[in-house]
Amino acid sequence: MSFRSAVITFPGSNCDRDMADALEKVSGTAPHRVWHADAELPQGLDFIALPGGFSYGDYLRSGAMAARSPIMQAVIAAANRGVPVLGVCNGFQVLTESGLLPGALLRNAGMNFVCREVALTVENSQSLFTGRYSAGQTITIPVAHHDGNYFADTETLDRLEGDGRVAFRYGEDVNGSARGIAGVLNPAGNVLGMMPHPERMIEAEQGGTDGRALFESALNALASA
Amino acid sequence: MKVRVFVSLKNGVLDPQGRAIHHAIEGLGIHGVQDVRAGKMIELDVDDTVSDEQLDTMCKQLLANMVIENYRIERLAA
Repeated sequence: MSFRSAVITFPGSNCDRDMADALEKVSGTAPHRVWHADAELPQGLDFIALPGGFSYGDYLRSGAMAARSPIMQAVIAAANRGVPVLGVCNGFQVLTESGLLPGALLRNAGMNFVCREVALTVENSQSLFTGRYSAGQTITIPVAHHDGNYFADTETLDRLEGDGRVAFRYGEDVNGSARGIAGVLNPAGNVLGMMPHPERMIEAEQGGTDGRALFESALNALASA
Repeated sequence: MKVRVFVSLKNGVLDPQGRAIHHAIEGLGIHGVQDVRAGKMIELDVDDTVSDEQLDTMCKQLLANMVIENYRIERLAA
């Protein structure tokens, strides 16, 4: 089975190669590399990844310009058709700015850029991104961000929790995120945004392999679909 | 015509930048500042064909993130 994936690169993305490498190592197939100015995605994609970085220099707000770029209109359409979309770090910011995920990512409460490994709790192990984890499992994944403080109004937070759309939660206070939220799903469960970087935990040489199961989950979900 | 758009964080949204500025003001030895909120001002030079409605659209869809921010439009006399 070939896994047709795409990694979107915006001007200022800097984790796109890591993401492409992770997808290739886990799936055995190199992803398509798509540029922000492209108006169309390759046909028949099984997975789209929005990588970390500082798209458009974080001008206006993190992710704001990227969310209005030509390729994002195609990504939004694909997400609405049910294609799995993963946004990591800046990719998560792009997903909230584009309206595919609720809430917003504010400046870290402590004002400092946070760059270290953090413990995460897997809150939902039923999604297509988390099926290979078990609920309540603690995993270690690095974060590297300045704007990772997840914010949404109380009603939205209650809805996210009630519907099982909190995918990951920090095991400690990292950035001031509301209810410790590190990753959220859209209502259909095919869009995941998260601040931590699973693509940086694929092989033992990277210090751990806790991110690998996320990509394996997506592959598995596709194979059993 | 010059138009100024003021974007500010909504009440209740934590503003770490404002807090840092507040702290720095106290460092100047000036006391009595109760609170500091930082925002941004975006100045546009628009011609007469740009309607109020279009300005509103710009603000809602791009200049402000309505989840966390409010905006105010100020038209300056030519």
